[in-house]
Amino acid sequence: MTALIDVQNLTLKFRTDEGLITAVDDVSFTINRGEVMGLVGESGSGKSVTAKALMHLNAKNAVYTPESKVLLHTDAGTVDVLKLRTAKELKVARGGAISMIFQEPMASFAPAITIGSQMVEQLLIHSDMNKARAKEISIEMLDRVGISDPAKRFDQYAFELSGGMRQRAMIAMALSTKPSLLIADEPTTALDVTIQAQVIDLMKDLVAEFHMGIIFITHDLGVIAQTADKVSVMYLGKIIEQGPVREVIRHAKHPYTQGLLAALPKLDDLDAPLTPVAGDIPSPLERPPGCVFHTRCPQIIGDVCKTKLPVDAQVDASHSVACHLYAEGAKV
Amino acid sequence: MSEKPIISARGLSVGFKIGSGLFNKTILKAVDNVSLDIKRGSFFGLVGESGSGKTTLGRAFLKAVPITGGHAAYNDDEVSYDLGTLTGPELKDFRTRAQLIFQDPYAALSPRMTVRDIIAEPLEVMGLTKTREETDARVREIAAKCRLNLEHLRRFPHAFSGGQRQRISIARALVSRPNFIVADESVAALDVSIQADVLNLLKEIQREMGLTFLFISHDLSVVAHTCDHLAVMYLGRLVETAPTRTLFKAPRHPYTKALFSAIPSLDPDDRKGGQRLIGEIPSPTNQPPGCKFHTRCPVVIDRCRIEEPKMEDPGDGHAVSCHRWKELLAMPAG
Repeated sequence: MTALIDVQNLTLKFRTDEGLITAVDDVSFTINRGEVMGLVGESGSGKSVTAKALMHLNAKNAVYTPESKVLLHTDAGTVDVLKLRTAKELKVARGGAISMIFQEPMASFAPAITIGSQMVEQLLIHSDMNKARAKEISIEMLDRVGISDPAKRFDQYAFELSGGMRQRAMIAMALSTKPSLLIADEPTTALDVTIQAQVIDLMKDLVAEFHMGIIFITHDLGVIAQTADKVSVMYLGKIIEQGPVREVIRHAKHPYTQGLLAALPKLDDLDAPLTPVAGDIPSPLERPPGCVFHTRCPQIIGDVCKTKLPVDAQVDASHSVACHLYAEGAKV
Repeated sequence: MSEKPIISARGLSVGFKIGSGLFNKTILKAVDNVSLDIKRGSFFGLVGESGSGKTTLGRAFLKAVPITGGHAAYNDDEVSYDLGTLTGPELKDFRTRAQLIFQDPYAALSPRMTVRDIIAEPLEVMGLTKTREETDARVREIAAKCRLNLEHLRRFPHAFSGGQRQRISIARALVSRPNFIVADESVAALDVSIQADVLNLLKEIQREMGLTFLFISHDLSVVAHTCDHLAVMYLGRLVETAPTRTLFKAPRHPYTKALFSAIPSLDPDDRKGGQRLIGEIPSPTNQPPGCKFHTRCPVVIDRCRIEEPKMEDPGDGHAVSCHRWKELLAMPAG
């Protein structure tokens, strides 16, 4: 498999009036061609900020540490996205090799410009085709994502489309530039289950067809189980567990991952009590020392969790977990 | 649970006039001919896609939207009200007995009021307490039930997380000691880890205070775990009602079946996809003739396109509105 993007030691802080806030802390992962990576975590865990860093899209007050690297591999060579400065240089990461679809498609389309002109505009920016050809490709793409009567939709505005239709149009727009990496930030969260199932099917077909990589950000482990090949679980800016999706869901090691799975209502056992993860995610201003999860951890060992940062322990070659329970010497 | 219903609806309809021109007065029927009983002390679930009318039906039971057809009645041990004609002091009294918990705990709480004032507001508006001491005592009592401490009461909503905010909304809804609560997508905006906590709290409060809940949700797995009775809606109509377990074990309506098969399975090897619904829910202003579901139904026949099915209860409390449900029983699932 060929690597598409290598994220190495990504640490990102935001400069605010209250001081520096750590949003992402020493995160590393690789995505290969044709691979779907799920990024799971609750609100405030840093999933969206991590994804935006891949396009260097975070706000001006974001500070990256010098060790942070986002290596994007393209046919033209490898670039560190975080080193790119001008809009022209950044084109490769923004809409060129990487595209993004957002949670709320209504907010992502300009309301007063037709869907079609928005699609054509980005094709004109990212390729050297003429307007007529761009229109042709856009209509083709709308058709490909299952929008009926694409030529008519091309001339409509976002408000004229239903929620599911808008999300399809969003996907069509993101894919028309043929990116090698697609970042999907909660693309199905605002949709009904029936429409969510359609969009998930569509995305699976598209991965197979275009052979691109996808980062699928969600808080829904069911959606991850249905779409991803591998999964990274984030908590307060750290990846606390990562591995192949089957491994992580069936043999979760980290107490937080176990807690997330236990909190899900299960359909095969309606009598099982719902067990929440105790407590709330701490404010990023009050980042706990030691293991970031220790304030809510039901399996806390002792002072080591409160003072020492756990390092990644390998459960096996591809499955790793950052928890003192599995530190060297402790039994896995 | 008692056998007596706290809410009963017969042929209930809610319509909205849309369009303003002289010749352009369309009526949008958001809820159409719904008959339904919610028994006292039950946790009644209402499910369906967006646009199915579940929120409007919930609001109709609170007399928060005008009822344009049929009847809806509220009955507890002390009073019985016809929701269609309720006005004046009786309506005021009804407001203390029926309350709503909103979906978005970020939008539902005023950022300029302390948590104490937010929870106390219904008491003051409804004139339920005479002195500040009495109000404070009620607020503290209900806050404790919702696991909010005195320190929390002095703060403003922005200092709280989503789960805590939702507990504040719950306390506010409960402070007038209502009998009937409509919880409209009350956990949809919460993270899974917090969602379980809020659901457990709602169940606990329901048992302790003997409340009746109408729980509106699009999330079937959440509904399965909290509700004892379910009603499924599609385009303003009820399509199926049954006790939760019965419905999950043997759904009778093709729409209910499709909803179940759309729930993403936690098993990565179970990517079969199941039965997929094609298309989307039609616009309520442009409703299909016959069975409203026929445009998306996988087992549609000609009769469905012409004749609208009626709700049928074969006597086991599992009612369904489909021409073909009996035939389909014999057919293998999927």
